[in-house]
Amino acid sequence: MPAVQETVDRVRQIDVDQYKYGFVTDIESEKAPIGLSEDTVRYISAKKNEPAWMLEWRLEAFRRWLTMREPTWARVDYPKIDYQNAYYYSAPKKKPQLSSLDEVDPQILETYKKLGIPLREQEMLAGVVRPEGERRVAVDAVFDSVSVATTFKEELKRAGVIFMPMSEAIQEHPDLVKKYLCSVVPVNDNYFATLNSAVFSDGSFVYIPPGVRCPMELSTYFRINEANTGQFERTLIIADKGAYVSYLEGCTAPMRDENQLHAAVVELVTHDDAEIKYSTVQNWYPGDADGKGGIFNFVTKRGDCRGKNSKISWTQVETGSAITWKYPSCILRGDNSRGEFYSIAISNGRQQVDSGTKMIHLGKNTTSRIISKGISAGKSNNTYRGLVTAHRKATNARNFTNCDSLLIGDQCGAHTVPYIEAKNSSAVFEHEASTSKISEDMLFYCRQRGMSAEEATALVVNGFVKDVLQQLPMEFAVEAQKLISISLEGSVG
Amino acid sequence: MNADIRAIKTAAEQGLATSFAGARGALPGKGAVASLRDDAFKRFETQGLPNRRVEQWKYTDLRALMREAKPLAGLADVRKPADIAAILSGVDASLVTIVNGRYAPEWSDKNAADPGIVLAELFAWLAENLDYKLGEMPGSDDQASLLNTAFMSGGVGLRVMRGATVAKPIHIAHVFSGDAAAAMYPRSVVVVEPGAHVTLVESFSGPDGIDYQVNSALELSIGEGARVDHIKIGYDGNAALRISTLGVTVGAKATYKDFAYTTGGAVVRNQTFARFAGERIDAFIGGASLLKNKQHVDNTLVIAHAAANCDSRELFKTVLDNQSHGVFQGKIIVEPHAQKTNAKMMTRSLLLSDEAEASQKPELEIFADDVVCGHGATAGALDPGLKFYLMSRGIHEKEAETLLIQAFIGEAIEEVAHEGIRDDLNLAALRWLGARA
Repeated sequence: MPAVQETVDRVRQIDVDQYKYGFVTDIESEKAPIGLSEDTVRYISAKKNEPAWMLEWRLEAFRRWLTMREPTWARVDYPKIDYQNAYYYSAPKKKPQLSSLDEVDPQILETYKKLGIPLREQEMLAGVVRPEGERRVAVDAVFDSVSVATTFKEELKRAGVIFMPMSEAIQEHPDLVKKYLCSVVPVNDNYFATLNSAVFSDGSFVYIPPGVRCPMELSTYFRINEANTGQFERTLIIADKGAYVSYLEGCTAPMRDENQLHAAVVELVTHDDAEIKYSTVQNWYPGDADGKGGIFNFVTKRGDCRGKNSKISWTQVETGSAITWKYPSCILRGDNSRGEFYSIAISNGRQQVDSGTKMIHLGKNTTSRIISKGISAGKSNNTYRGLVTAHRKATNARNFTNCDSLLIGDQCGAHTVPYIEAKNSSAVFEHEASTSKISEDMLFYCRQRGMSAEEATALVVNGFVKDVLQQLPMEFAVEAQKLISISLEGSVG
Repeated sequence: MNADIRAIKTAAEQGLATSFAGARGALPGKGAVASLRDDAFKRFETQGLPNRRVEQWKYTDLRALMREAKPLAGLADVRKPADIAAILSGVDASLVTIVNGRYAPEWSDKNAADPGIVLAELFAWLAENLDYKLGEMPGSDDQASLLNTAFMSGGVGLRVMRGATVAKPIHIAHVFSGDAAAAMYPRSVVVVEPGAHVTLVESFSGPDGIDYQVNSALELSIGEGARVDHIKIGYDGNAALRISTLGVTVGAKATYKDFAYTTGGAVVRNQTFARFAGERIDAFIGGASLLKNKQHVDNTLVIAHAAANCDSRELFKTVLDNQSHGVFQGKIIVEPHAQKTNAKMMTRSLLLSDEAEASQKPELEIFADDVVCGHGATAGALDPGLKFYLMSRGIHEKEAETLLIQAFIGEAIEEVAHEGIRDDLNLAALRWLGARA
């Protein structure tokens, strides 16, 4: 199909113009000295006023990290990261004694408002009559290295739910933190997870007590603002027996010419009959059309279905980041436990995505389901990399995997690298993958009905990713759908 | 991932180095061939034996599976192999025997019977075909392939003349003969000129109970519009370790069918590196493996679609009994500009025992947008519903299982185009199932 001038122009601008979260908040901040050494680790720990055991734990991770090498197996290509030329801690300068939301720097509040994240509970409640059944969302807002606000704390507390920044949890619930931190992702799990263990700054801590269904959705909104700064958040969610929680995560960053590192660790633990639903809309700055700038997103996410009949469900919409290296996994340890992974990964410009999941079946009668939809456009590369394995004792393990890739344009790549390992005969694994471009017939049909080429593409793509979008909580689904049409804008021509 | 890759050599690696230093002068081929050997061994040494940290060898860790390097097989105690005829009993084929890695014309059929082919001992053939560049096949930089290049002891060179239709299948039988374990490195070259038709069978056999080692390689080059059926039969002795590399380049409009049938050997790896260099190729690559006890069989494929408008299909079936381990790795690469590629890959494993293990890794690497590519993989046990149905019809349980397994594996064997060979393989599968029951 010949490209109209309008489309050509739009393609040229796409990666710069489409990213509406690329603004910078001009705010004074306090940073650790540049570089990474034991002193940096001590600095961060001191800033957080951490107990000695935590510092020791961090230092041990740091020493371990020094002996490790950066992994090279993923299909991503990026300039060598200079770990000494970045800041590992950056926090907006605080007024003393921050006791209520009113004292949060108005500029930060403004930032979140611009991002569409409401931090003021009263604002959310005032005025408009809320439609029946509309859910409220409690937000933990992380700005560079610190959590600036957490909403609905009181209401959650009444339900017995603990939802607070990690740094507070270390002070207030050291027993829980000690018990669960690193119990899913060991300190030395991989290069980036170990780095995170040494220098992690903030993130959310969630504990849902036995039998409690969390009264509202919890969410964390991550924002990198400062230049040359890495973000290393750490999230830990525990659902005790029979508990349920749905957790959302969103992220954005300003447009900058340099690459910034984001190395997070997320650990989920479910006990008997518990369920965690974890949704992510990842929209870090992807870099410009020539691949300049953008976030390097190296994330370790893992859930442990520790109890029987427990369930962990990952849903992700990946549209941002220059490099995505992310494999949310489930360890299905408890009998009858269930793991799910729903993913939409969209790459455009020169983005590189290497993402997938691991389903490790250890318990009996465990089931898992993987639906992965990759869409590559522009000059991007999009890889699905996944492992499904059944242990010898995991009788009746069941997996269904479906990964489809869609290519838009002839300069992008779509790759599929699944590993399927069955170690007992009662395991039943099914895997299917397909790669194709948008069918000319479908486009023709839509265009014949009066749609423009881009509308038609958006329609087909939305149909393609529908299975995954349906898994997202309402608030996110709408946002994600918009995001998808923006990401692909101008990719047809 | 994180640990430093070691510098220590295993006993097998040291053995190979000693073996190479000792045999270097005596191995056939001088000049260019000798420097090809030196270069290959040097490259092999920098990496050593492939191990689980090498992605392509993830499931077949040779450093663990190959404990020692056996001495090079000699010709001193070679006896006439008795049972080659039994390998393809119902097929009238031209036999080419390769014993302990060397061509044995006295036990081969005289190829002169077919005017369409020219066949000679490898190094003699190379001397006649100076335009042929040895060691440039796809996959020649694989570690096992490099080892073959370093030690290659001979084999045959075969040219199928332009437009010729070779009536009888050519059966290249690799045999190990001897009382003590040894290693053999046969290497053969087959050039099929444009428009020619040929059916090529490679078989591997040897005595049970001797842990001999085979590292074979075949360079196959298929000209425009040619048709080649290649069937590899693995009947190795139950203690043998065999690695077979096939590097194939396919020209435009050619039809290429490849099939690997494996029931023998303790550790077997069939690796195929194919490059589709011209347009409108029609290709099928498949395999069937029936494994028991502690057998480890690995079928690895790397298929590069370098030209547009090609079709390729892959179908691999593996039956796993006892503690056997079946590995399938298949990678389809669609290079930029290889538009309109149509590729479908399927791998299925049937686990008959709770201790058996299936590892499958179908892979797609796609750089062109107007393609239809897909793969499927399944692993599971026999369907109890189907078994029940048969039993409710008065069929004994074992027999019902046999029927179902036969149907499962039969779907793959069905793809073998040559009727006689297909029947022969079906019978062999039945014998295997008979021995199980």
